[in-house]
Amino acid sequence: MSLAPVTRPPETPPETRPMSRREWLLSDRPQSRTQARLGRAYMTWRRFSANRLAVLGLCILLALIFVAIFADALAPYNPVIGNLAGARLLPPGSEGYLLGTDDQGRDILSRLIHGSRLTLLVVLLVAIIAAPVGLIVGAVAGYAGGWIDAVLMRITDIFLAFPKLVLALAFVAALGPGIENAVIAIAITSWPPYARIARAETLTVRHSDYIAAVRLMGASPLRIIFRHVMPMCMSSLIVRVTLDMAGIILTAAGLGFLGLGAQPPLPEWGAMIASGRRFILDQWWVATMPGIAILIVSLGFNLLGDGLRDALDPRESGQ
Amino acid sequence: MSGRRRARSRKAFVAALQFLVVVATTYLGLLAVTFFIGRVIPIDPVLAVLGDRAPNHVVERTREAMGLNLPLYQQFFIYCRQAFTGDFGTSVLTTNPVMADIRRVFPATMELATLGTLIGAFIGVPLGVLAAVKRGSIVDQIVRVIGLVGYSVPIFWLALLALLVFYARLQWVAYPGRIDIVYEYSFTPATGFYLLDSAWQGQWDVFRDVFRHIILPASLLGYFSLAYISRMTRSFMLNELQQEYIVAARAKGLSEARIIWSHALRNAAVPLVTVIALSYAGLLEGSVLTETVFAWPGLGLYITNSLQNADMNAVLGGTIIIGSVFIGINLLSDLLYRTLDPRTRAR
Repeated sequence: MSLAPVTRPPETPPETRPMSRREWLLSDRPQSRTQARLGRAYMTWRRFSANRLAVLGLCILLALIFVAIFADALAPYNPVIGNLAGARLLPPGSEGYLLGTDDQGRDILSRLIHGSRLTLLVVLLVAIIAAPVGLIVGAVAGYAGGWIDAVLMRITDIFLAFPKLVLALAFVAALGPGIENAVIAIAITSWPPYARIARAETLTVRHSDYIAAVRLMGASPLRIIFRHVMPMCMSSLIVRVTLDMAGIILTAAGLGFLGLGAQPPLPEWGAMIASGRRFILDQWWVATMPGIAILIVSLGFNLLGDGLRDALDPRESGQ
Repeated sequence: MSGRRRARSRKAFVAALQFLVVVATTYLGLLAVTFFIGRVIPIDPVLAVLGDRAPNHVVERTREAMGLNLPLYQQFFIYCRQAFTGDFGTSVLTTNPVMADIRRVFPATMELATLGTLIGAFIGVPLGVLAAVKRGSIVDQIVRVIGLVGYSVPIFWLALLALLVFYARLQWVAYPGRIDIVYEYSFTPATGFYLLDSAWQGQWDVFRDVFRHIILPASLLGYFSLAYISRMTRSFMLNELQQEYIVAARAKGLSEARIIWSHALRNAAVPLVTVIALSYAGLLEGSVLTETVFAWPGLGLYITNSLQNADMNAVLGGTIIIGSVFIGINLLSDLLYRTLDPRTRAR
């Protein structure tokens, strides 16, 4: 029993019905589970797409995914091997180099395009690691209650009180630099808010009738938590994860800037800024372009997250 | 009557005890995590110190000297005892005790973060109030954009651009660093807060130079705290302006300015204090990246320099100090909120 994806556009209903497609979707008395789900998704999509900034955020994210998938075809040059002899530190708009080149004669545009893969990879991996951990901790704590709840939430609060960037720095210092270790370090510091949210949502459904009904039917606590409680936490969790994406990108870029994230010659955006730092006074574009890319992508995630929150949780919208 | 008072004092006692437990477990957690990072993650801390070419008997002796032959819980106990006495070992890079290094660099970070928070609060709060009062207006839109960009922009990148524009092109500010080399040896700070020290000693030329150095990094940090503070102020104010006491004040014929700045803002001030405290804690942490760009000789630069030289004692010592201050401010703002808001006191 999982929720339908929120942004799925409405699908064509069976042709036999006399109702219009819109009426079918908005019907008060859905005839089937599919119809109810699609109707809900349609309403969410309507609320979401009314917000132009949110749609802009979605477009930025889709563009990022597109660029990351087709990086090989889109990038005009090799991102790692440059033209040392003839194309060092060319300004933007030079012949064939739209955004200029860096100190090793590498096309900045091509590096940005390939760097989108690293950004997407970091964001996805952190979300895949941190969100389920937070979800399980929060749902178990909220459903079990008692001392389990107290202990789990104490641990969560302890982690919540830590400074994230500094702790991530210390972790990477111990684990050694590299993009995998950066992902681990960020994931370790970013799960607690998810646990908090999952627990709060669990507490609201814990005593509801449908949980009591499932329990009467003899479902085990594990089954109740995984099949009947966790799905209810999903929408708040998705909103929070989306809003956190920008922060994750910024932290990863910060680690890269300090030389602790992706290692050269990988075209990670933060590391690109660091390598352009030496030339900032004369060849400003080397450090400026990757920063613009980071700004656009994290802005996209922020806009998307705001829009999702308004669409999924009308209670909190408007502020 | 006295029974009720006794019940209340017992309740206060329990609350204080709970608070102490929270403080203790949080700090213990911080120590546990840094202990884990320093002692457990590295495959062999002895090799990390000696390198892999040391003869066996030296390795054994060092292991015993470092206390690594003891069971892990005993090691942790010793670690906690040392941390409480401020003993974080010796920095490999500077050969000083880590604590002495931190004591030297910490005022620089605090001066920067304090000035940043002041800038953020003094601009952010009025902006947030205006945005809430004139909802949907151009001010509101500007505050929204400031907030969005503030949440999305990499701080080290913005710092580099600011250096490029305000130092290299416009020459409005001084180059990276804290004080000009001319004054570095003639000026003896008493507290480590250069702005206060130079003003106190009446050395106004030094003050001007220090100001020219600090204003750019402080404004940048101030921008980030402004983004956060103005957004929160707006939402608190919107909440207050919907309350019935605002209607009552209007009905009484009070001026709009008085209603907004005196009545509504005073009620919004309670959560605002927490927000400003949190943003201060955030700036202490955010200074790590800013200090690196501005060569600001504070705790952040100390940590990143140590990182680049694999100086784990210094990194972990710095982490514990920043973590402690961060946790301290977090808990303090929590406590402040509870004492300032009469509603939470009554319960």
